[in-house]
Amino acid sequence: MRSNRTPVNRTAAPIGLKLAAVGGLLFLHLPMLFILLYAFTTEDKSYQFPPPGLTGKWFAAALDRQDIWDALGLSLRIAAMATMMAMVLGSLAAAAMYRTHFFGRETITLLIILPIALPGIITGISLRAAYNLMDIPFSIWTIVIGHATFCVVVVYNNVLARFRRTSASLIEASMDLGADGFQTFRHVILPSLGTALLAGGMLAFALSFDEIIVTTFTAGHQQTLPIWMLSELVRPRQRPVTNVVAVFVIVATFVPILAAYYLTRGTDAHGGGK
Amino acid sequence: MAMTETAGRLPRAPLLRRLSTVLYTHSHVLLLVLLAPPLLWLGIIYLGSLLSLLAQSFFYIDGFTGQIVHELSFRTYAEMLSSRANLDVILRTASMAGAVTVASAIIGFPIAYYMARYAKGRIKALCYLGVMLPLWSSYLVKVYAWKLILAKEGVIGWTFAHLKLAWLLDGVLAIPVIGGPSLSVSYLGMFLVFTYMWLPYMILPIQAALERVPPSLLEASGDLGARPGLTFRKVVLPLAFPGVVAGSIFTFSLTLGDYIIPYIIGSSRFFIGQVVFLQQGTAGNIPLAAAFSVVPIVIIAIYLTIAKRLGAFSAL
Repeated sequence: MRSNRTPVNRTAAPIGLKLAAVGGLLFLHLPMLFILLYAFTTEDKSYQFPPPGLTGKWFAAALDRQDIWDALGLSLRIAAMATMMAMVLGSLAAAAMYRTHFFGRETITLLIILPIALPGIITGISLRAAYNLMDIPFSIWTIVIGHATFCVVVVYNNVLARFRRTSASLIEASMDLGADGFQTFRHVILPSLGTALLAGGMLAFALSFDEIIVTTFTAGHQQTLPIWMLSELVRPRQRPVTNVVAVFVIVATFVPILAAYYLTRGTDAHGGGK
Repeated sequence: MAMTETAGRLPRAPLLRRLSTVLYTHSHVLLLVLLAPPLLWLGIIYLGSLLSLLAQSFFYIDGFTGQIVHELSFRTYAEMLSSRANLDVILRTASMAGAVTVASAIIGFPIAYYMARYAKGRIKALCYLGVMLPLWSSYLVKVYAWKLILAKEGVIGWTFAHLKLAWLLDGVLAIPVIGGPSLSVSYLGMFLVFTYMWLPYMILPIQAALERVPPSLLEASGDLGARPGLTFRKVVLPLAFPGVVAGSIFTFSLTLGDYIIPYIIGSSRFFIGQVVFLQQGTAGNIPLAAAFSVVPIVIIAIYLTIAKRLGAFSAL
């Protein structure tokens, strides 16, 4: 990208390095395969390896469980609402922060990153303490507020990266041709932000859908899918059913992540993390 | 100036256009309009909550009545820091965070280095996805996967048994502090899970830092007679270091605040997150829980200050 000359040592990678890299990547991926395998096991009392037999009956069993459907529905609703809020707040912040320099800019950046940089437990307990202090009863909204707070940064990062790549001369050209600020926004800025906004939204959705730590602090009796899974992890009832749900969650989160990747591929660099 | 002229000619929404002009010419107004909603949200809801938490850590529980006394004092902090058990919790959590950070850096560096220097085209995209997917996939599912793997009857036990190495696993588990009855209830198991969980957070910043090393620097080093090993040590490593520090912020902070993994994989000895959870929940001692949650903030603040000095933020 930076230089067209062929750099030195850009031959084959040393074998040791290759092995270490492949080994590390395998370490990152093998554990997921075991979940898949265990979703088909006939053994439901322990995590015996190798499974004594294989069966597909747990998928049917999981479909029949109303508690799973309820938890899934709640998680989807929360993620959808938190994502909407994060998309609005995150893109506003990105629009304000790109190309401007003002006193306190660094502090604002820090404020946006803080909810994700500090451990989730601190965000969680702070919100819980604040809700208690103001006598706000726990509801789906207390969860949504918590989720939206840490989802803002994901949208912000994606949109900011796109803003930086969108040429400022395009905006100036639009203005020169007689469009006002709002028209420029609708016809020039928004289309160029589109995929970045969508990608940020999808990542925010995945982040919220999966969140457990902040949720346990901001939920009353509401049971989101992660809370359901946690209770199954602590006190297993039907282990293979939990495996089936886990497989479903893997698939459900891979789709938005892959989509986000392809939407921003080749255009933006992703930030370091969630 | 041209704007006002056109504004006069256009019959459509002159008010909107005038507003647009005002926003365009007074960029600080635009800035304020854009910035107000996110700032108010984060400032009031998030920062407000954080401050209320901080305030509560200065309250204390009356030992006699068991009620929270709303008076500022350092009593709760004194109580927290005077207990040997609490200090152990802090030390245990910080050591785990340190160990996990070092392990992630060691495992993550070769992957990042390979991605940045050797992988091209499809392979590079594949590597990138290979790091991104585990990073974003469900936290609980990952913990759950490890519970299956580490269980006594699970795949690790099976593998060791079939390689006739069961004695080795038992021997390692017999080591006093890090061992336990099985991997799924030992520090060793917890360490593995933490490292697995946060490894992608270490790889991406290192890779970003390595991508920025200009190839011409490496050529120059080679031209000046340095062998590849020396170039790596004297040129690549120092330039990648801010990336390592940036990654370590994630691994360190995430380990410090986690309470689910110690709860599910760990032994009965507590980590900071668990103490916070128990104190605010069953024990109902909100001030102590608040004081305990200030500990990771302080540790991370110190860490961030050092990281900033080392230039880690440019690699994020």
